[in-house]
Amino acid sequence: MSASAVVFYILSVAILVSALLAVTSRKIFRSAIWLLFSLTGIAGLYFWLQMEFVAAVQIVVYVGGIVVLIIFSIFLTQQSGKDLPKPVRRRAVFAILAACAGFVLTCMVLRGYAFPSPAAGGGPVASVGSIGAQLLNTSEHGYVLPFEVISILLLAAMIGCIVIAMKTKPDKK
Amino acid sequence: MNQVPLIHILFLSTALFFVGMYGLLTRRNLITMLMSVELILNSVNINFVAFNRYLYADRLDGVFFSLFIVAIAAAEAAVAIAIIINLYRNFKSIDVEAADEMKF
Amino acid sequence: MPNSVYIVLIPLLPLAGFVVLGLFGRRFFSRSAGLLGTGVVLVSAVLAVWVAWRYLGAGWTDGHFGQYVPVRWNWLTFSPGISIEMSIILDPISVMMIFVVTFISLMVHIYSLGYMKGEPRYATYYSFLNLFTFSMLGLVLAGNIFETYIFWELVGCSSFLLIGYYFDRPSAVRAANKAFIVTRFADLGFLIGILILSFHAETLDFRTLIERLTQPGPLLTGIMTASFLGISLLSWGLVLVFMGGAGKSAMFPLHIWLPDAMEGPTPVSALIHAATMVVAGVYLVARLYPVYMYPVTDASQVVLYVGALSALLAAVIACTQTDIKRVLAYSTMSQIGYMMFALGTVHYSGEAATLGYTAAMFHLFTHAFFKALLFLCAGVIIHRVHSNEMTAMGGLRRALPLTHVCFLIACLAISGIPPFAGFFSKEDILLAAWNANKPVYYIGLFTSGLTAFYMFRLYFSVFWGRPMVGSGDHGAGGDHGAGGHHGAGGRHEAGGHHREAPFTMKLPLVILALGAVFAGWVPFSRLVTYDGVPQAGHGIGVFSIAPVTVALIGIAIAAYLYRVVSDRPKRAAVAFRGVYQFAYHKFYIDEVYSFITKKVIFNLIGRPAAWVDRNIVDGLMNFLAAVTARIAVGIKGLQSGKVQDYALYFFVGIAGLAIIFIYIYT
Repeated sequence: MSASAVVFYILSVAILVSALLAVTSRKIFRSAIWLLFSLTGIAGLYFWLQMEFVAAVQIVVYVGGIVVLIIFSIFLTQQSGKDLPKPVRRRAVFAILAACAGFVLTCMVLRGYAFPSPAAGGGPVASVGSIGAQLLNTSEHGYVLPFEVISILLLAAMIGCIVIAMKTKPDKK
Repeated sequence: MNQVPLIHILFLSTALFFVGMYGLLTRRNLITMLMSVELILNSVNINFVAFNRYLYADRLDGVFFSLFIVAIAAAEAAVAIAIIINLYRNFKSIDVEAADEMKF
Repeated sequence: MPNSVYIVLIPLLPLAGFVVLGLFGRRFFSRSAGLLGTGVVLVSAVLAVWVAWRYLGAGWTDGHFGQYVPVRWNWLTFSPGISIEMSIILDPISVMMIFVVTFISLMVHIYSLGYMKGEPRYATYYSFLNLFTFSMLGLVLAGNIFETYIFWELVGCSSFLLIGYYFDRPSAVRAANKAFIVTRFADLGFLIGILILSFHAETLDFRTLIERLTQPGPLLTGIMTASFLGISLLSWGLVLVFMGGAGKSAMFPLHIWLPDAMEGPTPVSALIHAATMVVAGVYLVARLYPVYMYPVTDASQVVLYVGALSALLAAVIACTQTDIKRVLAYSTMSQIGYMMFALGTVHYSGEAATLGYTAAMFHLFTHAFFKALLFLCAGVIIHRVHSNEMTAMGGLRRALPLTHVCFLIACLAISGIPPFAGFFSKEDILLAAWNANKPVYYIGLFTSGLTAFYMFRLYFSVFWGRPMVGSGDHGAGGDHGAGGHHGAGGRHEAGGHHREAPFTMKLPLVILALGAVFAGWVPFSRLVTYDGVPQAGHGIGVFSIAPVTVALIGIAIAAYLYRVVSDRPKRAAVAFRGVYQFAYHKFYIDEVYSFITKKVIFNLIGRPAAWVDRNIVDGLMNFLAAVTARIAVGIKGLQSGKVQDYALYFFVGIAGLAIIFIYIYT
């Protein structure tokens, strides 16, 4: 068992435990924080996989953007100190059953599939420069089209959020 | 990295996926449901990155997938928050159990 | 042979009359319905006479009157052998019957012009009369046994409609129901008999059926060897067919409907329950006569004894009844019993065999005349006295002179006094009985004495004795069989002297009286025999001394008791107290039937059947419905309106599909 394997297992335990706590915590703020830890753990996993750029993006966008956004919305909508209501008993039971069943099913399917062994000496190709060049590449394996589409999507999302969340002025006095 | 077989990473992401699914089905608060959705998206991200690293080490497709997923997740989270705020303003509650008007 | 179009018109004209009067009568023909109905039957009668004339002339081949089938139309084929054809058969008895039916129907139609005048449902009455005429003509002309059954039921239906004509009277409704139910029950036997016979003979056509069941051959052996409860199926078939005939002809024990059927208007009683419908059973047995004749079966024994018993029983009951129409009803039953046992004498010897057939048909012919005459006279009397009860009548011979003469002629005819019609036919019947079965002869002889007695009892009580209180009185007598007489029978003149009857009512009386006198002189045995070969007739001879003497004795006793009002009848009734009580209550047969139906059938069969139907059959359906409803309520809960539940169901579905596609459907 090499050190990197140990690191991996510790990371994965951290991720899973944080995720579990995030979905079961009774207080909403704590749930958000556990989510934050889980996402950070995932970023660590990316670092371990030697995908530094993805890890950075994960931290900047997910942790720094989305979790913060969630925390803002918690503040905006309710008192964060109040306990969340307990889940409906019947549904919780069935959900646990469904989740476990699904997990078992997927694992069985995965086991049955023979993945090819990792390429020997897979050196890091994912440098920022190559990612950038590939992203805007118009030839084969280029992703310029999805890039443009995502920009439009982001624009639409922005406009949508503003419209939805806008306070309508009262018409009559 | 060579010591950990790909399949262990896949188990991790699968477990994360189903944890997120449990949370999606069980939590009664819209914001917590959103958090569970983020967990699910992240599990998918892990899958893509792991496949890229293990199976297609000379290419970058998995990285791009995960980048795009992150971007879209961010947009979706923003819209969801906007909707939640709107709902809160109108109904003063974001308990999902109360929205059962399509009941029999 | 007569053109088949004219033959087919004979029943179809009254059918057209029924349809037209039934559909349009109330609007267009409310006053002239009678004329239309009568006109239609008049044309039919003329055609019938013409057909008879032509048949007697042209139907003669090889020394006998043959059977002809001028019209045949295949209606429904079950198998190459068995098919229901609508066919018309012409042979001596069918020609005789169409003459009798149309003639009596015409008389009744004319009589009803006066009797039912002013009735609110005049057109309906005539349409029903036309329907009946059509059905009866179809019945006698039918050449296929199933066709007979169809018209049999139609006749029963017409009878029901006419008995219940005054439907606002509960007694009339009950009587109509009773008639229909009893005859329908008898028709069950008829149908089973038809099925047995036709199945084994593999045909429904009369000629072929008779041929196959009388000539030795594989079919005949088949039906004779097959047996059920030890009796051959041929006997069963014939007895069951006779059961149907017994129901329609009011033979014991299926006679209970006939007295109650007198609730209908009197012309209806004259037509249906005296002259035509009730002889349908006799006609049926005559149609199948060669098969009944076949010596191995005992079916003819059944016919013989049932007929004799009915004749005697009815005569005894008639001696005690006080309702004029009921006396006549029991008299009808008795006379039909005569016809039946004449047909039943076939079993015994060759000579008697053919004589019984001719005698029965001859009696049917003459009986139609004098019985219809009796009923029509009764109609006049009832209208005069406004009551059916003999106790309200008396001394009417001055008030109703024509009726008196006609009634007397009819009574003499029915008692068998020469030279009136009944003498010849009754003598033939008694001769057939003498040659066949002496005990039955003695029963017949005694019954003819009783017949004379009760008919003259009726005659003397109505026309002699003390005149009842004033002629303008509306008597308080019980049942008004002739109800609804708004204008029937003439206008009431001031001063209390009523006209006897309008012309339309007197004309049929006269014509029928002439028939009752002269019908016996028809050389019947030369025309109507079972195989068409003429036989010599029997005139007045030594044999007729006994019947005539017995009849005269009966008349004398009746005169002694009833000619002058006295207490002699009461003392006679007291002397025979037991028998009198039994006879007065009609031997309690109705009570027995009522007991059987109420206590046995309703309680033991009807109630459990209803319980099963309500609780088990309905219960099963209700249970299924309840289960479905519960399941539905359960499933309904899935539609909770909550998104997370739906997401759960989604996932379960996807997982299921994944399992199927990955592991099972590889």
